[in-house]
Amino acid sequence: MEKKYKISYLINILGVIAVFLLFVLLFETKVFGPSTQYIKGICTTACYTIIMVASLNLVVGFMGEFSLGHAGFVSVGAYTSAIVSSALAGKGLPDFFLFLTALMAGGAMAGITGVMVGIPALRLKGDYLAIVTVAFAEIIRVCFCNFPITGGGKTMSGILKLSDFYWCYWIMAACVAVMYMYVRSRFGRTVKAIREDYIAAAASGINVTYYKVMTFTVAAFFAGVGGGIYAHYMTAMIPTNFNFMYSAELLSEVIIGGTGSLTGSILGAAFLSSLPEMTRQFSKYRMLVYSIILVMVMIFRPGGIFGNWEFSLTRLIKKLTRQEGGKKDSRNEKTKGGV
Amino acid sequence: MTFSLFFQSLINGLNQGAIYALIALGYTMVYGIIRMINFAHGDFIMIGAYTMFYTIPLMANAGMPVWLSVLAAIIVCSVVGVVVEVIAYKPVRQAGSMSALITALAMSLFLENLAMVLFGAKPQNVQKIFDLPTINFLGVALPLNVILTILIGVIMMAGLQIFIKKTKIGKAMRSVPQDRDASILVGINVNRVITITFAIGSALAAVAALMYCTKYPRVTNDMGSMMGLKAFIAAVLGGIGIIPGAMLGGILVGLIEIFVKLFAPGWYEAITYAILIVILLVKPSGILGKNVGEKV
Repeated sequence: MEKKYKISYLINILGVIAVFLLFVLLFETKVFGPSTQYIKGICTTACYTIIMVASLNLVVGFMGEFSLGHAGFVSVGAYTSAIVSSALAGKGLPDFFLFLTALMAGGAMAGITGVMVGIPALRLKGDYLAIVTVAFAEIIRVCFCNFPITGGGKTMSGILKLSDFYWCYWIMAACVAVMYMYVRSRFGRTVKAIREDYIAAAASGINVTYYKVMTFTVAAFFAGVGGGIYAHYMTAMIPTNFNFMYSAELLSEVIIGGTGSLTGSILGAAFLSSLPEMTRQFSKYRMLVYSIILVMVMIFRPGGIFGNWEFSLTRLIKKLTRQEGGKKDSRNEKTKGGV
Repeated sequence: MTFSLFFQSLINGLNQGAIYALIALGYTMVYGIIRMINFAHGDFIMIGAYTMFYTIPLMANAGMPVWLSVLAAIIVCSVVGVVVEVIAYKPVRQAGSMSALITALAMSLFLENLAMVLFGAKPQNVQKIFDLPTINFLGVALPLNVILTILIGVIMMAGLQIFIKKTKIGKAMRSVPQDRDASILVGINVNRVITITFAIGSALAAVAALMYCTKYPRVTNDMGSMMGLKAFIAAVLGGIGIIPGAMLGGILVGLIEIFVKLFAPGWYEAITYAILIVILLVKPSGILGKNVGEKV
């Protein structure tokens, strides 16, 4: 590994730690007084929404395909992790490992579902793919409505409350880091090539289906992890939570933030998921405002607010210190803007 | 299965199918012309249903025949359809299919949430427009409402088919998707044709709303989204962009749904979606569609 990369990794890790410490400072000194717990909850919500939205952005932004069934994968992850954590509870595992195991199980199950959905569905493109993903998500929802183990259409409650903000923050940071590295890896570049022109990509020897299914699976995995956090934060859920509207909400957050920009997804998801909490009395108007913003964004800025611009701590530091003589480094490293 | 149960289900299925077919016609017309899934189409039904919900008491109070409220619904729906098209869809028409799809989705969300803000999330009961008796036919209870609904559906479909085949505007509608530039060259105002298509599609949605409310007299702000999705499935099943295909697909989806409901009540939605997936994977152009190769 080149020294340049090592330094930028270090800078980014320090950045993530700094943001984390800022949160710890804010919460531990009880700046917000009695509402500290409430704000912590909002931040946890933001964490899992960021994971879900960023994972959807892998499909929508980087692969350029349209998935309207992300809630399906989220629900697979949520239910699997809830079942795993309640099965393992009381076995003497420390809470954190229990939580991690449950999330991994949820993610893995969602990933498997992703492969099963992706192989047939990704033969299609555009509008048809969008509709097929909706169909798969609805089938998943109907399954959860009928399986006895998932509550059989009723509320599944009594899930352990394991989603602590500090843990979720690190899980979120790790997930976003992995996704970012995926996007900038060989895989990611290949996927972008497919997005730009799949015929040209296929002609230059890329196995288009393999890479598409791969990306879809990675996205499904992280959606499942996000769903796991969701389940352990909400502690009760019902299959109708994960309906078409939820998929549409996630998708609108991706689009507003910027297709092809993980920074956009992070800021968009964090902002849009905490907005309704801050303005409870306007929650009725939330989706109304979303949809208006969505139409505006589509008309005036089709790439989303951030387009495909990525925030880079390394670049920022360079700009601030006005480093002379260094050659222009376009390979900005891992983005981590904080929540 | 006894004969009477079978016959009853058949009638129910045809009724359901006629509703889906009418909605599917709206989807298929719009998709046929501008290659865009109009997600908001399902919500036009909701608007039509709410219009009827509010106008029926007005009509009754004013002493006018109640069915006039259907005309009101048709007018309101057409206006909403055209407004949506001009405000939201026209600006993004050149921007590619992804933008169009997102805009359509956004408009669907917008209409649904606007309805929730305006009318509340509580389901409302629509008064009956037709009060017809139930007759007994071969041991089957046959509500005349249902027969009338199916009849209206068939008449609308036949009328639309004649309109598309015989009139000047109908011919223009068919020519635009075939070759847009050539249509402009021969003097067709493409924008106007698209607007008229939206108006007709939305008017059909209003009629579908009437049929739906005759069967299930309940209006909610999200009634359109799932029904719209299923009608879209019907349109794809029959071959999107083809008008007889939409009718065939609608009837098929309705029949399948009712008959599956009979055997596995919890799973009927899953079966409908599974059929869609199979159709799209095996023959993406639908039952009546022609396979068109892709040009590099």
